[in-house]
Amino acid sequence: MKRLLSGLILFCFYSLAQAVLNIEITEGIEGSLPIAVVPFQWHGGTKLDDADVSAIVASDLARSGKFAPLADKDLIAYPKQPEDVHFQSWRMTGVDHLIIGGVKQEAENRYQVYFRMFDVLKGEQVLGYNFSATRASLRSVAHRISDHIIKALTGLPGAFDARIAYITAAQNPGKAVQYHLQSADTDGFNSQNLLVSDEPIMSPAWSPAGDRLAYVSFENGVAEIFVHNIHTAKREQISKFAGINGAPAWSPDGRQMAITLSKDGNPDIYVLDLSSKKLARITSHWSIDTEAVWMPDGKSLVFTSNRSGKPQLYQVATKAGARPQRLTFEGRYNANASVSADGKTISFVNGDSNVFRIAVLYLDTGLVQIVTDGPLDESPEFSPNGSMIIYASQHKGQPVLAAVSTDGRHKQRLGLSDGDVREPAWSAVRK
Amino acid sequence: MKNYLLVLLMAAALAACDANVKPGADEDTSAMDGSGGAQAGAIGAESYGEGQALPVSYETDAIHDANSVLAERVIYFDFDSSDVSDESVELIKHHGNYLSANPGASVRVEGHTDERGTREYNIALADRRAQSVERLLMFQGAGSDQITIISYGEEKPARLGHDETAWSLNRRVELDY
Repeated sequence: MKRLLSGLILFCFYSLAQAVLNIEITEGIEGSLPIAVVPFQWHGGTKLDDADVSAIVASDLARSGKFAPLADKDLIAYPKQPEDVHFQSWRMTGVDHLIIGGVKQEAENRYQVYFRMFDVLKGEQVLGYNFSATRASLRSVAHRISDHIIKALTGLPGAFDARIAYITAAQNPGKAVQYHLQSADTDGFNSQNLLVSDEPIMSPAWSPAGDRLAYVSFENGVAEIFVHNIHTAKREQISKFAGINGAPAWSPDGRQMAITLSKDGNPDIYVLDLSSKKLARITSHWSIDTEAVWMPDGKSLVFTSNRSGKPQLYQVATKAGARPQRLTFEGRYNANASVSADGKTISFVNGDSNVFRIAVLYLDTGLVQIVTDGPLDESPEFSPNGSMIIYASQHKGQPVLAAVSTDGRHKQRLGLSDGDVREPAWSAVRK
Repeated sequence: MKNYLLVLLMAAALAACDANVKPGADEDTSAMDGSGGAQAGAIGAESYGEGQALPVSYETDAIHDANSVLAERVIYFDFDSSDVSDESVELIKHHGNYLSANPGASVRVEGHTDERGTREYNIALADRRAQSVERLLMFQGAGSDQITIISYGEEKPARLGHDETAWSLNRRVELDY
């Protein structure tokens, strides 16, 4: 009973004043395409340091691993208009593309943001957009510009105008650990507290639309699964069976959720229909089955099972009685899958007893590539466009979030928060 | 590998001999740090013999007696295993006998893992550990209505740290009366 009361919970729904941004690109500048982002012109108001649109764009492009924006000191000119651009001179700098733009303050809380991108070799514009924004949405508009640029130059849908959810655990000497569910922009800004509890919070998972988070909370003294609308802060408890209620994963259409339950004795995978509340058992095995995620077609799940004696990944159709097929064979510990949006690659945790690293399995060839160094990397999740994997890692013994390009070449650390930070989840791009 | 097993055995012996070991309390477990562990292990092995002489009573109040064998309430496990060691079986038997003799008593069986491996898998693994202990308690005659199980996986470590000392203390089931 004491535990039940100590699980008492506070709701917070405010932006934290501090936006601790500490993103450090740690590996793999080479191979990135040089690009010039000219600092944007500000009209009708002075530049806002916390919403420096062109700096945000340059930072996103660098973090994508695909581009290397020129340093300000290497910019040969600051053209404001298309007619100011001297392509001949820009060709000398080695950049293929050049971005110019501006921010126009039209009223107290009304801005216009515009940008153009030029192909320096051809000497022509390849992209140009105009957005209206409020003071609060300027950073989001900057991320949207980055997404447009990346889409135009790589064909990949963008991933920066999105939110990252994560769990923090604050260890205060002499006090109980406090667990927070937070979300932030993909560059760490605008962090927001969604839930505070002195019992563990786990396994955040975004709905496909990015408006709701499912997670496990022990706030009532046992593990229960909640769905939390991040706009209204309304919560619904969707699973509280005896035993484990864990590993929630939304189906691609957002109507069903794969979960792990042990109510029938062993941890097994079930699919819960979110509107009818009907529960279908997918696996039935004496071993541990957990950590299910959906293939993009919604017809099968990839999950972790130790039915072979050690944890390995399996795939099973979402039909009762379907036979799971084993996917991983190399290594003694392969668990916690994330499937890329195109369904072609699976990232997961690969380990032996002491070193745990993030690996990528290419389903067409069956090849496995280790993409991080460990020693205790976990919770990998693909960015919505599949080009990056965000995961939890340790730096100098401290828990940090990190991201790696899917090919393993580019790495960065995301210092989203002080203290213990874990279980990152990358939302879909904002509509 | 031998060293690893030795440390494990020492940890088990130390935990078994010292009824006051409370996970997370640094002063109680500091003897296990570094080279001091070897010494502590030797002492532990010696005093384990005395441990056998602890009064075994399943009277209702025995659960409050710091000198009772029932004061020891943590069972340790190997990595990625929910197998209960022979020594731990003996300890669990005492608790099972106590519950059997005191139908009004109830216990919460909390499963935990170390930080290695994935979080939801560890929830499942710790649930397995708790179930292993539950089965043994019931085998001694404890009723299912006397036992509740919860798995915390790696979420509530007894000891912070990224080394075998911390890990061995965190792979555990705690009995909470």
